[in-house]
Amino acid sequence: MKNLLNFLYRNNFFFVFLFLEFICIWILIKNNGYQGSSLLNSSNKISAKVYEVEAGAKEYLLLKEENERLAKMNTFLLNRIKLGYAAIPLKTYKKNDTLYKQEYEFMSGKAINSSVNKRNNYLTLNIGAAQGITHDMAVITSDGIIGIVKDVSENFSSAMSILHKDVRVNCQLKKDGTYGPLIWDGTDYRFSNLTDIPTHAKIKKGDTVITSSLSGIFPEGILVGFVDSYEQRPNESYYTVKVKLSADLKKVNHVSVIKYHYKTERDSLELKSQVQSDK
Amino acid sequence: MINNIIKISIRFILLVLLQVLIVQNIRLGSYIILFPYILFILLLPFETPKLIVLACAFFTGLTIDMFYDTAGMHAAACTLIGFSRYYILKLLSPREGYDPGLIPNVDSMGSVWFITYSAIIIFIHHLFFFYLEIFRFDEFFHTLLRVILSTIGTFCFVYVVQFLFYKTDKNK
Repeated sequence: MKNLLNFLYRNNFFFVFLFLEFICIWILIKNNGYQGSSLLNSSNKISAKVYEVEAGAKEYLLLKEENERLAKMNTFLLNRIKLGYAAIPLKTYKKNDTLYKQEYEFMSGKAINSSVNKRNNYLTLNIGAAQGITHDMAVITSDGIIGIVKDVSENFSSAMSILHKDVRVNCQLKKDGTYGPLIWDGTDYRFSNLTDIPTHAKIKKGDTVITSSLSGIFPEGILVGFVDSYEQRPNESYYTVKVKLSADLKKVNHVSVIKYHYKTERDSLELKSQVQSDK
Repeated sequence: MINNIIKISIRFILLVLLQVLIVQNIRLGSYIILFPYILFILLLPFETPKLIVLACAFFTGLTIDMFYDTAGMHAAACTLIGFSRYYILKLLSPREGYDPGLIPNVDSMGSVWFITYSAIIIFIHHLFFFYLEIFRFDEFFHTLLRVILSTIGTFCFVYVVQFLFYKTDKNK
């Protein structure tokens, strides 16, 4: 025992090092799950505050561009609703209808931090649990899909961008509904890859790619991008389609977060039938 | 001593802010990613006890993790360089040892010494960090290219930024 203590003491530098590395790896593994602690990501108080100040300064510079886009989006929406009102004072847009039930609810927010040049990119949004955000909600802009919410704190949330190695969004070709997961290969932030497209599908350059309802996170039909090129890689029986993303992930400012009202119900049902068939 | 601690703390805050507010927005494509904040660990004085260096490195990494959403990856890479710094300093030590009270920069040790010292440490940090980030081997050469280009990028940045710090030290 004494010898062991002596040994530990003599090599204390090395053991402290091992201990600290162990803590790091532990944090890393714990955070890999979806419900990781939100203390060590950018939705915590200090870093969110710093990013908010930075975003405030940046927003000023992008004001003109953003205004143009909002004006365009406004006319687009006005044309669609064909009703006489223009301003919606609420932050949450709810609609009651006797014929249709509302499946998805949209909430507006702002991205106060984002990146495109890392292998795993994240966004920080200025809305959080107090505004009704929970994990696994979809994040879009008027141009296309952006990401999926991962962690939430009281007033902020942190979302994985679609430029992340663990994000797979189910997408489909608009014209015939052939679907597959959209995976980013880590090279160019303007493009992503739609994989597992069967070779009998008729693809053309410029075809529209939209989200499919299979994901259970995104509503069906949200614009993702356009086909840039496609190839059949050696030893694979599927096409890999290079998609030019319609949203510019370098210039994300105002976003909409989408809540799927029946997510828990759907997930638990799917899980139940899987468990039953496994028996 | 107290004076020194204050100076080092200010350097810490400046480098973290530089990393988070400025360098994070420099986008040179997905292959060159700059992490000049590790200059803080490079510039700790020679006589800092090795356990303190280790603790400082760990804490610096955690701070950067908080801003970068990388949960433990920067902390792991920084702890590794905090550990290896001791052996690298030993390896590169001149015959008469280091003068106490100096910090390892170009001014005190000369440019050749500093280039060797910082290039080795930056390379270790980037190698460990990028492979930990991807955590699989199917993008091996991709990542290797990223490590090499980023090391060169960070090194150039660090070399320039460390001049800023010893200018202010000299005036005092």
